[in-house]
Amino acid sequence: MSANQDDANLLEVRGLTKTFGTLTACDHIDLNVAKGEIHALLGENGAGKSTLVKMLFGTLEPNSGEIFWNDQAVTITNPGFAKKLGIGMVFQHFSLFEALTAAENIALSLDDGSPISTIAAKARALSYSYGLPLDPQSLVGDLSVGERQRIEIIRCLLQTPQLIILDEPTSVLTPQEADKLFETLERLRSEGKSILYISHRLEEVKRICDRATVLRHGKVVGHCNPRKETAASLARMMVGNDVQAVVRAPVQGIETAQPLLEIRALSRRPATPFSIPLRNINLTVRAGEVIGIAGVAGNGQGEFFESVSGEVPQQDAASVRIRGKDAGGLSITGRRLMGAAFVPEERLGHGAAPRMKLSENLLLSRHATDGKVFVGAGGMVKSDAIYAAAQRIIKAMDVRKSALDPEAAALSGGNLQKFIVGRELDRRPSVMVVNQPTWGVDAGAAAHIRQTLIELARSGSAVLVISQDLDELFEISDAIAVMHNGELSKPLPIAEATFEKIGLLMGGAEPGHAEHALETS
Amino acid sequence: MDITVNILLTIATAATPLLIAAIGELVVERSGVLNLGVEGMMIMGAVGGFGAGYLTGSPWIGLLAAIALGAVFSLLFAVMTLSLATNQVATGLSLTLLGLGLSGMMGTSFVGQPGARLPNLDIPGLTAIPVIGRLLFGQDPIFYISIALTAAVMWFLFKTRTGLTLRSIGDSHTSAHALGIQVIRYRYLAVIFGGACAGLAGGHLSLVYTPQWVENMTAGRGWIALALVVFASWRPWRVLAGAYIFGAVWIGQLHAQAFGIPVPSQLLSSLPYLATIVVLVLISRNKRLTMMNTPASLGQPFVPDR
Repeated sequence: MSANQDDANLLEVRGLTKTFGTLTACDHIDLNVAKGEIHALLGENGAGKSTLVKMLFGTLEPNSGEIFWNDQAVTITNPGFAKKLGIGMVFQHFSLFEALTAAENIALSLDDGSPISTIAAKARALSYSYGLPLDPQSLVGDLSVGERQRIEIIRCLLQTPQLIILDEPTSVLTPQEADKLFETLERLRSEGKSILYISHRLEEVKRICDRATVLRHGKVVGHCNPRKETAASLARMMVGNDVQAVVRAPVQGIETAQPLLEIRALSRRPATPFSIPLRNINLTVRAGEVIGIAGVAGNGQGEFFESVSGEVPQQDAASVRIRGKDAGGLSITGRRLMGAAFVPEERLGHGAAPRMKLSENLLLSRHATDGKVFVGAGGMVKSDAIYAAAQRIIKAMDVRKSALDPEAAALSGGNLQKFIVGRELDRRPSVMVVNQPTWGVDAGAAAHIRQTLIELARSGSAVLVISQDLDELFEISDAIAVMHNGELSKPLPIAEATFEKIGLLMGGAEPGHAEHALETS
Repeated sequence: MDITVNILLTIATAATPLLIAAIGELVVERSGVLNLGVEGMMIMGAVGGFGAGYLTGSPWIGLLAAIALGAVFSLLFAVMTLSLATNQVATGLSLTLLGLGLSGMMGTSFVGQPGARLPNLDIPGLTAIPVIGRLLFGQDPIFYISIALTAAVMWFLFKTRTGLTLRSIGDSHTSAHALGIQVIRYRYLAVIFGGACAGLAGGHLSLVYTPQWVENMTAGRGWIALALVVFASWRPWRVLAGAYIFGAVWIGQLHAQAFGIPVPSQLLSSLPYLATIVVLVLISRNKRLTMMNTPASLGQPFVPDR
């Protein structure tokens, strides 16, 4: 405990509790935020951080507990009231309107009724004074994720809040953009504003936060001064025990290994006005290696995954080759039959049918590849064989569940992801393509998934991982390529890759994007 | 010359109910709600308008009754879809079925009765001007209301803060809720406005177009209004253009049939639909603009977590 009890508290939370059905998302949370400090709220996914701040911003109603603002008890019933008090919020999943301009988006959260042109001028002036340049007339749908976050921040600052809540602000930024954000936050602190900073990234919390409150399973498990802690000790507080480190043995002679997945001059026109075209992508993944694709969200990763998995087949059959054969014209089932396996980003509704049992979900993705095992004479489904296979996967991946064969939606995000990855691994695929393998998965499960991906590669398969999490890519990849605006950079061998180099590529520092790189660096 | 003026007047009369119903539905859909009950609300307006006009002898009271009945009927839809979060498509369809049945029952005693008709505008000196006099100053009052309504909705949606808020709710109700915008309240008001417009459009049919009550007299106009909104990519002036193209081709093919042109009458009757779709598709070629104007949360129920 290093809380400065002498300083006046701007915000004090006592015994705040929120339950959803039988789940207690927040259990008697206590939290103090002093004036002029950056206070970290640390915790894994599902620890109750987002629920807590939603109650502070008035979008959720607590079941019990008290909130004090400048030592006055307050009941925050709606976001409008929170704004009046002086609480501003930058959401993790942005609350922006794609079809409106930046200025219109900002106007919607201000209640002063001044004309849009005045607001646009104010926003422009403020954005330049904080070094976050913003064009108020641009359409949000056309902007990058980093630029969208600027709108959120400027919108928040225009309300002149005393407390700014930032929910996982750097998860969508390049390392350089994150540096810029930290400068802004430090300037705000020097102006006497308080910041509640929500993150699970320990290094940045150590770097900018004065105090931290750590949540686990909806409870406060500790307060600390992050600067006096190590990343490992903070992780232990968050997770409750030590997280096993991922082991990656170096590969030898990969240049001569057989290419199992080849992407040749893959291009794709944008499907909607707001989506990204793919421009002449080339990539080879060889037997035995893990290739990582980094990039800020929304730079074409989703479109790329769709094209590689066959959700959207290509005109040019040679643009995707699996085990030396053209696969570009094939559907997802056709590509699976060639030995490839795919794990999409969205777990519910894409990777799994939410209201179907795990065994049924297993059949859905493997009825073609494992037709002989799962489907008998006359197209009758062999329930016993499928059930047995599902149980085998559940055991191998340590999937925790409440029933023998529950519906997919009944599993937590991490456990469902373990099942989906396990379902594909169980086939021993020779090509595995995974989009965001551990997004929203707790640290223990994430380490397990990463380790199995490495082991699959080392057993002779080609593994391609698309991820926004740079730490993850550095942990598991043998080489990292970067996707920016629908183009893919050359893979950088892991020995040569640094956060800085990858970060510059994520910002667009490649021939043809030089001007943009100067702007952001 | 007189014939031309008469044809132009009938075109305006045919287009007016479509325009009013479609403009109302446009506001509803801009808020993110899809109300397929336009036909039902319209027929309720028609029977209510006729009944009140017939019983009181005043077409003006009939007009108010038509608006009120459409609004009340839409309130039923609003309670179901907004407060109880039912499926909007199913609820809208049942609203149409309910409206058609209920209006038939309410109107049994009105069948064959002479109704009250709203008088056309008659301004001494102005209406008598040759050609343009009758076009500009001699039409029924609802025609003027429909034009004013279109202009007002255009101004409201794109020039006022409240209109911006309404559009933002249609784009993303979750974002709007997170900003503290009262999503459900705005949607209630939008749905009721749409209902009042549909009621007014129905009132036009039974108080101006054919001042009598015939069961099922809307004859699918509610559905045409719904289609106009989509094909006009949720933009008011395009709805106006679409309604008038439909009206013009409709009247044109009636005259063509009367002249006995050797084309199957079924083909001629389908022309207004074809022409309207072709023209509106052509003016909505710009995909990006269409995308920007499409309410992204259209038809999705909104349930805030509490």
